[in-house]
Amino acid sequence: MTMSEVQPPSLPTNSPKVSPTQYMHDRVRWRLSEALPWIVAVGAFWVFPNYLVLGTQMIIMIIFALSLDLILGYAGIVSLGHAAYFGVGAYTTGILSAHFGWNEPLSGLLMGGMVAGVFGFASGWLLLRYHGLALIMLTLATSIMLYEFANVAEVWTGGFDGLLGITIDPIFGIFESDLWGKTYYWYSLFVLFLVFLAVRRIVYSAFGRGLVGIRENTKRMHAIGSPVHQRLVTIYVISTIIAGFAGALFAQSTAYVTLDVLSFSRSGTVVIVLILGGVGRLYGAFIGSIIYMIIEDELSRISPEFWEFGLGLVLVLVVMFFRRGLLGAAEDAMKRIRGASS
Amino acid sequence: MPQFLEAAISIIFDGLAYAMLLFVISVGLSITMGLMGFVNLAHGAFAMAGGYVTVSLMNGLGVPFLPSLGLTFVSIALISIPLERLVYAPLYKATDLDQVLLSIGLVFMAIGAVTFVYGPSPPSVQMPEFLKGQIDLGFKVFPSYRFFVILVGFLMIFLLWFGFERTIIGAKIRAAVDNRSMAQSIGINVDRLFILTFAMGSGLAGIGGGMAIEIVGLSPTFAINYLVLFLIVVVVGGLGSLRGAFLAAIVLGIVDTAGKYIWPEGGAFFIYVVTIAVLLVRPDGFFGKEHVQ
Repeated sequence: MTMSEVQPPSLPTNSPKVSPTQYMHDRVRWRLSEALPWIVAVGAFWVFPNYLVLGTQMIIMIIFALSLDLILGYAGIVSLGHAAYFGVGAYTTGILSAHFGWNEPLSGLLMGGMVAGVFGFASGWLLLRYHGLALIMLTLATSIMLYEFANVAEVWTGGFDGLLGITIDPIFGIFESDLWGKTYYWYSLFVLFLVFLAVRRIVYSAFGRGLVGIRENTKRMHAIGSPVHQRLVTIYVISTIIAGFAGALFAQSTAYVTLDVLSFSRSGTVVIVLILGGVGRLYGAFIGSIIYMIIEDELSRISPEFWEFGLGLVLVLVVMFFRRGLLGAAEDAMKRIRGASS
Repeated sequence: MPQFLEAAISIIFDGLAYAMLLFVISVGLSITMGLMGFVNLAHGAFAMAGGYVTVSLMNGLGVPFLPSLGLTFVSIALISIPLERLVYAPLYKATDLDQVLLSIGLVFMAIGAVTFVYGPSPPSVQMPEFLKGQIDLGFKVFPSYRFFVILVGFLMIFLLWFGFERTIIGAKIRAAVDNRSMAQSIGINVDRLFILTFAMGSGLAGIGGGMAIEIVGLSPTFAINYLVLFLIVVVVGGLGSLRGAFLAAIVLGIVDTAGKYIWPEGGAFFIYVVTIAVLLVRPDGFFGKEHVQ
């Protein structure tokens, strides 16, 4: 069973002579519907002024899920330890502020991403030679090892009690952080937009197609002379930098970092979010994060057991019946309606 | 006696008891993963469920400890059969990722349901008298419960070894782990074989859960807290390998105990270092088939 494919605009069936160049151009072109998430995000600022803190966390989750989509959805690398890079980003930004007084937000964000990228390069270079279950276990063990390490390095990370004393300067020296999270909502949304532009550019590039090739048939990519390991490491580093950004944003917006940022449950959550929305389809990260966080917010208000049980049930149902995620299911439904009417 | 020797003996003894617990729980996972290639993260949930069945039998119905463990084995094995047929079987040909997600979904459901019924705090049971005391070996005193766990562990290993190496069913399982399609083509019903091993493996995990109450403690999140450890034992030992699971359980059990003894705050660190080191050198584990994908 292959993973769901990026949906290009379908080739017009009545004119089979559309040139390949034209086809590639059409794939990349922005569609009108792609403006929708951004309109929603901007509109939400005025419609839900009391939920901006939750909204900021959603945006951070979307960035994190996008970073996973690059490796899981496009390159087919299954990782159960992606929180490692989220956590490294968060701790980098947090430690720079709490221990060195480096409170400037933009450079703090960049540093978070860069340090996560360095970790990503070191571990990716080593681990991406492995496949299947061994790779899953290696990513998992690496992230738990980092977790244990952060727990021991109490002097720097605050250990189990968390890292306190993070202060973040106003963004550009102008926009102060406020109680309702307005500033960080815009700030995170802006970062998300830039990250999204980059991710979209990557997946529609020739490099992105090469990754899909590796996902679908690694042996064949080797056979045609594609530098498989180099490409995997490249996308892994890009992905870990983005995960680092997400972590850094998390540290800045909450001004508090606990070991939870490195935990197995965070690695699991982001995989679940992506599967829920739809893997390998860019907007899956958006839908998945929003739905997940709304359900989490609602169900855990009733009781944590319900949340846990409900989450499990959703996962089982998604895997058994909606394997292509909510977006894929919506697409299938649309096709069926169209098929019935014509 | 020199102090370091005494420390070494307690580490080995405690590590061995821990290793046996790991082995009893993980061995079923190893065989089912080797047989069907199914990444079953819900195995820890079977152990957790087994622990709670034992608690209910002992505290609710007043069944003594040893018969409780036996009944736990039977009930968990029986529960696992319909689950295997209805939920797992449709996904045997799916990707690793699908199997991981499905089974982690089952783990969450199990944790939610058990928390709802039993509450989040760890239950306790009254151990029989003969397991409460200490055993004096002349040079050092050991808790007798840990002796019991080590004993059960060795008994299981003997039974499993006998079942695997000396019976027809065992030979069929070995054949199916080695080469499933070849085994099928000479007329072995691998599906039925798998139901049997799955039920046995789950039952063993249930016993492990029951024994874990007095060693590491039981709570609903047992299913996920120790899951990584079970998976590590399986993967480091090599999928489908009995002696692999045994060796890995002993190495990891002792490394973990030693790590926590020498450096209490950071001791959990070592086990992951060992895991990564082993997997980097031998991605298929100690005794795994080459290139299990």
